[in-house]
Amino acid sequence: MIGLFWICTVVLIVTAIAVIGSKHPVHSVVALIVNFAALAVLFLTLNAEFLAMIQIIIYAGAILVLFLFVITLLTIGTQPIEVGPSRLSFQAVPSIVAGIAALALLAAGVRGARTAAPAAPPDFGFVGTFGLQLLTTHLFAFEVTGFVLLIAVLGVILMAARKEVRF
Amino acid sequence: MIPTNDYLAAAAALFVIGVIGFLMRRNPITMLMAIELMWNAGNLVFAAFARNFVDMSGQIFVFIVITVAAAEAAIALAIVVMVFRRRREVDVDDVSMLRG
Repeated sequence: MIGLFWICTVVLIVTAIAVIGSKHPVHSVVALIVNFAALAVLFLTLNAEFLAMIQIIIYAGAILVLFLFVITLLTIGTQPIEVGPSRLSFQAVPSIVAGIAALALLAAGVRGARTAAPAAPPDFGFVGTFGLQLLTTHLFAFEVTGFVLLIAVLGVILMAARKEVRF
Repeated sequence: MIPTNDYLAAAAALFVIGVIGFLMRRNPITMLMAIELMWNAGNLVFAAFARNFVDMSGQIFVFIVITVAAAEAAIALAIVVMVFRRRREVDVDDVSMLRG
């Protein structure tokens, strides 16, 4: 269990660096798929079975396919993105400095966090427990997510669907 | 049982990598992927604290966050497609019309 956790954490970090370091967006997407798989295993170690499943199905299955479709459709017959010198070429060093500062801040917070995990009941995190909570206690939030998705669909149709299609 | 602080440390590292990627890259699709990394770091913290406090609400929140992340990715990619239609290239440095 603890070995699994550390393996998945190392995979998580390495693939995250690959995501932001790859030159071509498709390589980033592939690294992100591995990243999501490692995160799904981490969810499993946290007794979150349903979250592990939707991490694979929704994130790796739906959102990343959307990314891949956009990349393939955008880069037909054109150069890959990020050509030419950057107009903001000085942004690399400040962003790394900002990242290290954020990491120091978060590390201080994590070190100071007093977390004592009590023993979880045996049915904690089961899909049935999750569904029961989602459809009884948190029913209103569940309904609102449907509304959010409806608004997103309407917005995408409004922005992306045009009559004139040029290829 | 793995302590909650280890999960928090992993999530902090993931979040910081996402921040650095978002600030460094100029390609909006890669920037969106960096944002996804940050969403996922937040999700990991929610799930870790759900187990820490033996409360399913954290996991429910992760479910809702994933839904909102899907909506955000769809909207943002539609914006990228729109920008590409107008300019035939995608580089956030060049999309500065709203800067005034």
